[in-house]
Amino acid sequence: MNNIIVFPMVIPVLTGIFLLFLRRHIILQRWVIILSLLATMIISFIILGQIQTEGILRLDFGDWKPPFGILFVADSFSMLLVLTASFVATACLIYAFFSIGEAYEKMFFYPFVSLLIGGVNGSFLTGDLFNLFVCFEVMLLASYALIALGGKKLQLRESIKYMAINVVSSWIFLVAIAYLYGTLGTLNMAHLSVRIAEVGQTPILTVISILFLIVFSLKAGLLLYQWLPGSYSAPPPAVAAIFGALLTKVGIYALFRIFTLMFYHEPSITHTMIGIMAAITIIGGSIGAIAYNDIRQIISYNVVIAVGFILIGLAVGTNIAFEGSIYYLIHDMVVKALLFLLAGTMIILTGTEQINRVSGLIRNYPVLGWLFFVVMLSLAGIPPLSGFLGKVLVGQGAIESGSYVLLALGFLSTLFVLYSLLRVFLNSFWGETMIMVDDEKPLRKGLVIPCLILTLATVGLGVGAEGISVYVIDAAKTLSNPEIYINAVLNN
Amino acid sequence: METLIIILAGVLVSVATYLLLSKNVIRVILGTAILTHAAHLLLMAMGGFHNKSVPIIDGNGTDYVDALPQALILTSIVISFAVTAFFLVLAYRAYQELGTDNLYKLRGSRR
Repeated sequence: MNNIIVFPMVIPVLTGIFLLFLRRHIILQRWVIILSLLATMIISFIILGQIQTEGILRLDFGDWKPPFGILFVADSFSMLLVLTASFVATACLIYAFFSIGEAYEKMFFYPFVSLLIGGVNGSFLTGDLFNLFVCFEVMLLASYALIALGGKKLQLRESIKYMAINVVSSWIFLVAIAYLYGTLGTLNMAHLSVRIAEVGQTPILTVISILFLIVFSLKAGLLLYQWLPGSYSAPPPAVAAIFGALLTKVGIYALFRIFTLMFYHEPSITHTMIGIMAAITIIGGSIGAIAYNDIRQIISYNVVIAVGFILIGLAVGTNIAFEGSIYYLIHDMVVKALLFLLAGTMIILTGTEQINRVSGLIRNYPVLGWLFFVVMLSLAGIPPLSGFLGKVLVGQGAIESGSYVLLALGFLSTLFVLYSLLRVFLNSFWGETMIMVDDEKPLRKGLVIPCLILTLATVGLGVGAEGISVYVIDAAKTLSNPEIYINAVLNN
Repeated sequence: METLIIILAGVLVSVATYLLLSKNVIRVILGTAILTHAAHLLLMAMGGFHNKSVPIIDGNGTDYVDALPQALILTSIVISFAVTAFFLVLAYRAYQELGTDNLYKLRGSRR
């Protein structure tokens, strides 16, 4: 029992509601949301420290002991993600202050972002499946609104598709929950895990697990990613960055939880399927990333590739691979936000998304060019930066368990990531400059500073990997030994 | 009773599938609403009725229906209500802005 772990969800949600009343006071709205996010970050950090000393924390709402009540559970895995999510969201919001425009700010932009973060944090923390559904819906409703906000034709068109797909996937989620409740009579994740271990993972349970796989694959963009590039390229850069960094990661988190805690008894079926899906995702994402000239499409497909790579770790399923996936997940949240922000800055500065219509940007905006260079290296996994460790550890796990195909595809995808971004870099940043010094739009500090913060974070994550390795190792240990989680939840 | 409810859920799913596959945005929205309600019925049937009375424990604690599915359905109804309302508003705005409610005309990745 520890009340502190409710705050990462409650602070953003209450802030979101509070901000509704400050519609006309833009400056005040900015201060309130930034302070609330900083508070969330600090609290997440404190919780992360507490987990190291006291073990996994849990909060039973209304003092209903599990498995009867609903509860929040905080282990290292979820808290690392909550911390990263709050951090990335802060950086994206600073970017939004300078780029989003007054019309958005008066149309409840900040409340929606705040609610989105509340939903994301809630999904990371919840300990039972139905609350996972509820938190997903909070997050999704906010995201529907954020895609449509602004009311451009493209946005409305994409938001209709995005909504239709997500409503149907939420339906599958409900159906899966219904069947699971019908067969096992509980929805508490730890209790489910115990019951599944008792009865053995019978075929019907495997089928239900595949239903969950479909749902979360849709949300994570694993194999079923066709909606992703369209919807992520419609909203303005700050929103796209928050989406690219947070939304798919929640799906990935849910996949990890479900398939390491509950349905881990039939890896030959479920984990093989995840492996195949991850492989196809990587191939499809790579093709997409090199096929387009539209920079927003290129980076959206990069999100898809990363999803495939992270899930290799789950498919392989060794302790080392889990560690690698967690490192890569944290790295990816930071770097994808940075990539979306940089691409957004390029679009703001040049007014076009087509990379072949722009050239020589590095002469006009050297800082932007070098930041893009760093993010490219980081995504490709060049050693001092944050992508390296995740890739190495996932690779090591894949070798240990003999999944050489996945290993090859995973590392091949790196080449495609590098190629697709190099193409942007060579086309847009190198060559003769096409912007005269006179019509050069000034690169405002407000747009660069959040990018700098995120770049420092990716360098810091790479150089200071020792610092977070304690937490990552603990998180991977909890993932590969479900009993730790179960004991923490069910022992009163 | 369970059988009846499950058959009803099946009918609702087939109706909803028909609506979801049509071109018209409003029909799709109605389809998603009906689809969600089919899932609610399924949840209820999965909880089981056992010919008992209400989901309230009356002191004796012998004669009641499992309350959890009812709680889940209640939450889910609220969510689906909100999502459908938002979807309808979105469709209306899109119709105003794009001048069509035909999904085939909304296809494609070009702007």
